[in-house]
Amino acid sequence: MIQTVAENELSVNEKLKIRKNTYQNGKGKRISIVTGTHGDELEGQFAVWLVGDYIKKNIGCLNGTVDIYPALNPLGIDSITRGIPGFDLDMNRVFPGFSEGTMAECVCNAIVEDIKGSEVCVDIHASNIYLRELPQIRISRDTAESLVPLAKMMNIDFVWVHESATVLRSTLAHSLNSIGTKTLVVELGVGMRINKDLGYQLLNGIINLLYELGMWSEKPDFEVRQPIVSFDGAVGFVNSDASGVFVSDVEFGSEVEKGDVIGRVLNPLTAESEPVKAVCSGLLFTLREYPVVYGGSLIARILSREEEN
Amino acid sequence: MKKQIIYSLKSPYRENLDVIGFTFGSGEKSACIVGSTRGNEVQQMYICSQVVHALKKLERQGEITEGRSIMVVPCINYYSMNIGKRFWTMDNTDINRMFPGYEFGETTQRIADGVFRQVQGFKFGIQLASFYQSGDFLPHVKMMKTEFSQPEKMLEFGLPYALTRKPRPYDTTTLNYNWQIWETQAFSVYSYGTETVDEKASQVSVDAILRFLSAEGIVRANVKPGYVSRIIEENTMQQVHTEHGGIFKTLVKIGDTVYEGQVLGEVYNPLDGEKICEVKADKCGTVFFIYNKPLIMQNSVAYKIVDF
Repeated sequence: MIQTVAENELSVNEKLKIRKNTYQNGKGKRISIVTGTHGDELEGQFAVWLVGDYIKKNIGCLNGTVDIYPALNPLGIDSITRGIPGFDLDMNRVFPGFSEGTMAECVCNAIVEDIKGSEVCVDIHASNIYLRELPQIRISRDTAESLVPLAKMMNIDFVWVHESATVLRSTLAHSLNSIGTKTLVVELGVGMRINKDLGYQLLNGIINLLYELGMWSEKPDFEVRQPIVSFDGAVGFVNSDASGVFVSDVEFGSEVEKGDVIGRVLNPLTAESEPVKAVCSGLLFTLREYPVVYGGSLIARILSREEEN
Repeated sequence: MKKQIIYSLKSPYRENLDVIGFTFGSGEKSACIVGSTRGNEVQQMYICSQVVHALKKLERQGEITEGRSIMVVPCINYYSMNIGKRFWTMDNTDINRMFPGYEFGETTQRIADGVFRQVQGFKFGIQLASFYQSGDFLPHVKMMKTEFSQPEKMLEFGLPYALTRKPRPYDTTTLNYNWQIWETQAFSVYSYGTETVDEKASQVSVDAILRFLSAEGIVRANVKPGYVSRIIEENTMQQVHTEHGGIFKTLVKIGDTVYEGQVLGEVYNPLDGEKICEVKADKCGTVFFIYNKPLIMQNSVAYKIVDF
């Protein structure tokens, strides 16, 4: 059943509508799956299509309600705009919104109110256009105890438990977690693209989550990946010190040793180059996708082998 | 006056981004004034340039108090200004959401870090800020409410209104907020206009800044008296929303006194010209903010009304 969660008149002959599709069978729990907060992140579009398609074809296995919100920022997706077009606002800095506020605040508030009360919310993000990410779930330290067990059900490669930054209090995940709706933030892939394999990986994760929550009757017939759970201290950041064009010399997702050359920053004018080296040994889970870099541009993140648990 | 590059960033395809700071006087770091952090804040840069101009003159006349120094940074993100973009050229991040910055972080974190190292440690910090909403508003000064802030200092600017704002999570990475965390009394001065230069409005801001610097004994400037300001909590202002989207026409002007129930503006159907709704004041007061674009969405803040 397709429902409108929030709507707002635009200026000329059109309404902004945030819609969800509800799949229901039995009286079990409810989970919500949301994506499309950033208009340039499309990996979630394929993933939620797969989930919807799978549930429709196997509705008898469902015991409960699955709400799928494919586009929290439909104008952004439509115009390849990361934020809310016309506002220069990152929607994920407006939550929980305010029912008496501006258009963006009203819409964000309606979304939170609609998702509130779900057993779990899965908030799917892709990376931006600059970086490629291995499938991961990000959890702030203060919610780790309740969320890490759920994250382990999601068939992802690793879980990154990070310190909670004040600025992140305006995210959908923080807003929902702070009112008791357990919310997992999934990051995967790269902006403006769809990687089908990642979509299938996430589909399996969500079906397994449903099974573990008692909302899916059939035990999944695949082996669920057991993620590495890492804390901030285990993640090494590689930022470029040079400006130029980055070309990678390693495979994304590979193991690297401290000091290995990950790639080079080229100066096309002088034909010079600067090597970019691994700051620690471990798994290269983030790698620069967009080649042009400034000093400071993030090139890679490495999950240090030494502090894995 | 000393002109120096306070931060420099190499670009792959452009000349270095050299952030310029002007220092007047010497000794105690008394006041720092920062202009545009975004590419569309032309008025804010212009106001700073006029402050530089005024301080040059005061320095020549020996009117900068001995043992006091002032730094002015008119423009941080001129890379974006030169190509007509608001946020950072490459990744569209907002430098004014990156403070206090991080030396080893992403590009805009590094810019924020480099600039913040130079602008921190002053007794007072003044940022020429712009509104994220499209609209015209009365000139005012604003201060984040923190344990460190002294709102009564805002009265020394002599602007018609002085606002306090309880910081929201997304405010915690602004220059203003971080100045306060590092024990600089920080103010944001808001002038009419952002992408255009309004001479009259810029003079109001320049006068307000010089008035403040004079009141604090940092300079001796001959500035005409200002207003007797009132300090108002920003969230006590009445926000008047539109019930429908369409073509917006205002019937009142900034600074007008309005009464309860007065029709402030109208929204018309953009296709057939029929009036869709009226925008009315809930209570009497002074018009502080007016949305200034012809097209408006439902639930947009069309007006803000302040109690007289």
